[in-house]
Amino acid sequence: MYPAPFAYLRATSWTQAIDWLQEHGDDAKLLAGGQSLVPMMNLRLVQASHVIDLNAIPSAGIDRAGDVLTVDALTRHAELEESPLLADACPMLGEAAGLIGNIRVRHRGTIGGSVAHADPSAELPCALVALRATIRVLGPRGERRIPASAFFMSFFTTALEPAEVVVGVDVPIPPGTTGSAFLETVRRTGDFAIVGVAAAVRLDASGTCTDVGVAVAGTGDRPEDLSEPAAAIVGTTVEDERVAEASRAVADATQPRGDERASSDYRRRLTQVLTRRALGSARDRARASAAR
Amino acid sequence: MIDKTRVTFTVNDSPTEVWVWPHQSLLQVLRDELGHTEVKYGCGEGVCGTCTVLLDGESINACLVFAVQVDGQSVTTVQGLGEGRSTHPLQDRFLELGASQCGFCTPGMLLVAHEFLSRRPDAGREEIRSALAGNLCRCTGYTKILDAVEAFARERETGPGGEREA
Repeated sequence: MYPAPFAYLRATSWTQAIDWLQEHGDDAKLLAGGQSLVPMMNLRLVQASHVIDLNAIPSAGIDRAGDVLTVDALTRHAELEESPLLADACPMLGEAAGLIGNIRVRHRGTIGGSVAHADPSAELPCALVALRATIRVLGPRGERRIPASAFFMSFFTTALEPAEVVVGVDVPIPPGTTGSAFLETVRRTGDFAIVGVAAAVRLDASGTCTDVGVAVAGTGDRPEDLSEPAAAIVGTTVEDERVAEASRAVADATQPRGDERASSDYRRRLTQVLTRRALGSARDRARASAAR
Repeated sequence: MIDKTRVTFTVNDSPTEVWVWPHQSLLQVLRDELGHTEVKYGCGEGVCGTCTVLLDGESINACLVFAVQVDGQSVTTVQGLGEGRSTHPLQDRFLELGASQCGFCTPGMLLVAHEFLSRRPDAGREEIRSALAGNLCRCTGYTKILDAVEAFARERETGPGGEREA
């Protein structure tokens, strides 16, 4: 199991990577953490004429600018897990990152790579949809900002145009009290989720829900934005019965595929249970942050 | 036309220079070109942990990094764990507690456990268990491996010999 031969290019800037993508076309592949691309190359599912290594491009890491968290595309999963900034402003993202693969995968894998790869079962794309994040994209015609819910289009398919690259992710931190949580079910630790649920809840001063974001991984051809059925809790004080009701509405809105790992019914059932728990946990965290 | 590239890095603190094809993994170069057969080929997909090495101190899958990528960096294999020819205290606990049977997973177990505990010296058994969840063993059933890693962690925190290894 060795990859087919390729020419290796080490980019030191995003514009250089974009130039090379334009020059070498679709047979050129971008190498970030390589934790999805390289297994596919080893299995000969992917053969690249050129591999453009992004690891020498300086990373801006994780930063906060007002009400927005900016995350560089080359930020590794382990950095998300360990970031005090994220733990404070958006714990769900670090939690989701901690569920990816194994410890070695998290040392190499990057958020930009996960986003561009767009596996419908992946943790970070799902979390970003629930958080209403924006994907920052750079290409020959400049920068574009695409809402995560519009960026992920289908299995391993995104809104990226040829020669465009993901350079970062912006996560809004809404004012007021918010709480978020990410939960998933796997057969074995480190597997892709059978179902994963990301939930973010916002409460006003009286404890009434003013906004909710829910996304589900593993049920469709992309992380599904199911904030609409989850909005059954908006305008309420998010008591357990309301959470259960919203979870049923979220599960009913899915049409999961069945495969060798889990049947369609099982995935829908998991969606309901995990949504109930994730919403409850997000609510509890929002209440706790209000009490601080 | 694709050419071989010269790559310079250190393996267990020894300066190393080798000419590699771009598509050669670090694992392949360590084993086949440099004779480091203590790094094992397991799955080739980053799942099993037998090819674990430390790259600039962080555990990685050597099967998923191309050798050309590690130019200028430092690689540590399990051989670099102990001082010279003596075993590391973590290895001693593996020996005493029967944490190694066929031995194929052992280098990866040792490196991941050692790196994790150097960052999280106070980690308890459950945290050790989840740190090692990505290292597969098909012989011992994990209990003795966890016993050995936990014994090393507690000994280093408090017990005899705790101060001899940083």
